[in-house]
Amino acid sequence: MSDRHIVSVFQQELDTIKTKIIKMGGLVEEAIVSSSTSLYDRDAELAEQVYAADAVIDKLEQEINDEAARVIALRSPNADDLRLLLTVIKVSGNLERIGDYSKNIAKRTRVLLEMRTIEGSPKALRRMAREVEIMLGDALNAYIRQDEELARAVIARDEDVDQLYNALFREFLTFMMEDPRNITACMHLHFMAKNIERMGDHVTSIAEQVVFYTTGIKPEEERNKADITSSDTTLSNLGPMVIKGKG
Amino acid sequence: MTMEHRKMIDDRKIKTAEMANIDLTELPNVTVGDISVENPRMTARQVQVNYGDKVAIQDVSLDIGSCEVISFIGPSGCGKSTFLRCLNRMNDTIKSCRVSGDIRLNGDDIYAPDVDVVPLRARVGMVFQKPNPFPKSIFDNVAYGPKIHGLADNTGHLKQIVQEALERAGLWSEVHNRLDDPGTGLSGGQQQRLCIARAIAVSPEIILMDEPCSALDPIATARIEQLIHELSSEYSIVIVTHSLQQAARVSKRTAYFHLGRLIEVGLTDKLFIKPQHEMTNNYITGRFG
Amino acid sequence: MNDTAKGLVSPKIATERVAASMAKRKKRERNFQRLGRSAIAVALAFLIVLFVSIFAKGIPGFFQYYVEIGVEIDREKLDPTGDLTLQSLYAGDARGVIRSSLYAELDVEGRSDKRAAGKLISQGAEQRLRKLVYDDPSLMGTKQTLRFALDDDVDSFLRGFIKRETPEKDRRINDKMIDYIDRLQAEGKIVYAFSDYLIFGSASRNPEMAGIYGAFIGSILTLTVCLLIAFPIGVATAIYLEEIAPKNRITEIIEININNLAAVPSVVFGILGLAVFIGIFGMPRSIPLIGGVVLALMTLPTIIISSRAAIRAVPPSVREAALGVGASQMQTIFHHVIPLAMPGMLTGTIIGMAQALGETAPLLMIGMVAFIVDVPGSVTDPGTVLPVQIFMWADFAERMFVQKTSAAIIILLAFLITMNAAAIIIRKKLERRW
Repeated sequence: MSDRHIVSVFQQELDTIKTKIIKMGGLVEEAIVSSSTSLYDRDAELAEQVYAADAVIDKLEQEINDEAARVIALRSPNADDLRLLLTVIKVSGNLERIGDYSKNIAKRTRVLLEMRTIEGSPKALRRMAREVEIMLGDALNAYIRQDEELARAVIARDEDVDQLYNALFREFLTFMMEDPRNITACMHLHFMAKNIERMGDHVTSIAEQVVFYTTGIKPEEERNKADITSSDTTLSNLGPMVIKGKG
Repeated sequence: MTMEHRKMIDDRKIKTAEMANIDLTELPNVTVGDISVENPRMTARQVQVNYGDKVAIQDVSLDIGSCEVISFIGPSGCGKSTFLRCLNRMNDTIKSCRVSGDIRLNGDDIYAPDVDVVPLRARVGMVFQKPNPFPKSIFDNVAYGPKIHGLADNTGHLKQIVQEALERAGLWSEVHNRLDDPGTGLSGGQQQRLCIARAIAVSPEIILMDEPCSALDPIATARIEQLIHELSSEYSIVIVTHSLQQAARVSKRTAYFHLGRLIEVGLTDKLFIKPQHEMTNNYITGRFG
Repeated sequence: MNDTAKGLVSPKIATERVAASMAKRKKRERNFQRLGRSAIAVALAFLIVLFVSIFAKGIPGFFQYYVEIGVEIDREKLDPTGDLTLQSLYAGDARGVIRSSLYAELDVEGRSDKRAAGKLISQGAEQRLRKLVYDDPSLMGTKQTLRFALDDDVDSFLRGFIKRETPEKDRRINDKMIDYIDRLQAEGKIVYAFSDYLIFGSASRNPEMAGIYGAFIGSILTLTVCLLIAFPIGVATAIYLEEIAPKNRITEIIEININNLAAVPSVVFGILGLAVFIGIFGMPRSIPLIGGVVLALMTLPTIIISSRAAIRAVPPSVREAALGVGASQMQTIFHHVIPLAMPGMLTGTIIGMAQALGETAPLLMIGMVAFIVDVPGSVTDPGTVLPVQIFMWADFAERMFVQKTSAAIIILLAFLITMNAAAIIIRKKLERRW
């Protein structure tokens, strides 16, 4: 009993797609880290590279979509082949969005580098980005190894990323209240943090696809949305008190 | 099928197992999935079929439900056709074949010593791989069954039976004005529909189809598949097919056979997205067969 | 190019080599075809020679010489008791009536002359006259011009087989007879006409009266008996062996024996008939019933073997279709298998019947060689068959028998061809169903 398809071309086509998604994943992981590092290291050139490299990521997504469509049309896949192809389309879409967010961060980095530094934020951002990068690495490993347990673990860790974002949100509010000159920079930084938080959500989505791929069932539990900033009213009350306090 | 043909199939089975380095005892003893249904039309338990001293089917248990379409899939020589032919005792025609186990139609054991196969075969009809209309006229083809079973009250009734059978088989509009033409003069797809009409004419409960579309072109195949869909509201249909896509298209339940055992049975849509057993997965993805 | 290359040859090299081999292959095929054609030509030549010789000898056998003379149908002489019964006619003197008419025609006087004249006309003439008068009594008392067959020696003379030049003592006809013949011929009274004797006459020692009618009827009766016995039994046996009998040792032994019986010399069946039917059961010899039974035994293996082949040739898909719709085994056999196998069965029967028609040896053994004058009226009347009649005629010395033998052979061949044609038509009608 072998796990190679009898029709070797079919097997090659599936292997090609798997290779491409791994490659895309690797490029996206790099983009995540590089984008936040470029801010931390104040490296404009790195930011440019991230910006430019996004084109490759986009192209890969297109290729993966096209090839998946082709294999579905020509090979009438069933069972795990079918699940692989259905999920790979979604996963590549998720990866492409993550890549876009990285590009966005790189763009804002270019702008931020012209402005005054905000202490601590770049480091926090980088830590958050690293967290997401590790999650993505695990999600992709779980995908290739068809590891349901690992995928579920990744889904659980999204909560941590959300918590980090919440913390950063409060921090930025504080900075902006301390010194209005920080507002522009903080706005940019906030968008970056938001982007990284969204990246985390997409990684979670990838992990959910892995669960479907391995079990054939979508995960039932609602994703724990720990990002409370859009719903928590206490945070928004912070502003007027602080401004009054300036005196 | 002649004895030599059967022997060839058996030899191929052994060779396939050898090539795949499978020990036949490695196969699962228990079928994965739910073999039973509510209010089954036919039930089979621990069916075993031997040709001489070669085992063709071992320990197969399965229910056939009312008004459902169930397909049997599996590689060549896996026993799906053999099992199909047990259901209407067509295996009786092969001298060296011995069938053991319990097969019941509406609760009655069809292999009981006092059972007459003739009425059984009127209740469990069969359509074969290569269309085989009688060398008679179209009318006589369909009328033969009702005639010998005495189903019609008079000639007029017989004509009505023939017409209705041809209508249900989707053939009436094409042949109503030439019922005296020879049945063998029709196209392949029409001949197969004629054979289906012939089976319907004796008012069966179950229709067995042994790769009915394998000799037909895609359009004719699509017609037959549409027909199967329409017929399934009245009859239970058991279809043996080599085409996974056909099994996926027409059947509600699918049973996967391998080397004489029933490996897995389940709802078709579930089975084709996530089969329970690894062997089923490997077969339907084309990794092994 | 590496000539030591093993394995599949490249297409280019293959093309070259195939082209190179074509000349030799074509030559071999042409030679073979030439051989075949010349074989056919030789066979055809022999066939033509055979047919030409048969027809050359046989066609004249369909004709014979008659003489037309005016006959006084004298009532008292022919019908002494006057009641026109057969008894009376046979008691009468038809021969005398004919002779007197002949003497009158030729102006014959004197006993030796009268004897010569009397030998001119066949002995069958008197039977003709009796029959004529019996059928149509109104001819009594009239004078009619009647046609009578000439004696076979006269016939042979007229054909040129007995020559004038031969010395009289070596001839079968004397000079006086020749003189009379010449005179009759000069008066145009000698007619060369179609021989009704050949067709309607029966066995006779007189060649001019001999005919195949009795043998013909005997053949028909014998073949009918043969067909009525062999066909149903043969077909039923074939069905039983193919469809119903279990495939075990006993069936195998039966099969082997039937196949071997087809090769048994036919004379053995005659001996069997002689020993069993005539010896043990004490049935009369020489009757078409026994002949038919013997021929049936001989034909059965042929019919069984070809019927079995025909049944086997019916595709199993038809059987499966019938069984699948709920037909019982008997219904499958009778409604589907037999109609499809019928053309093949009929072919086997035709072959068997054609063989039986030409069989001589077994019928000789059961005594159908006896000299039977009367036409057999039923299967229990003594009779003979055409081939045996031919066999007997071939033995006789008279010259006229040679022609009649060849003519009878032609009739036998015609009978065969008609039988075959009829059977082929029947078979074609049944084959139309396919």
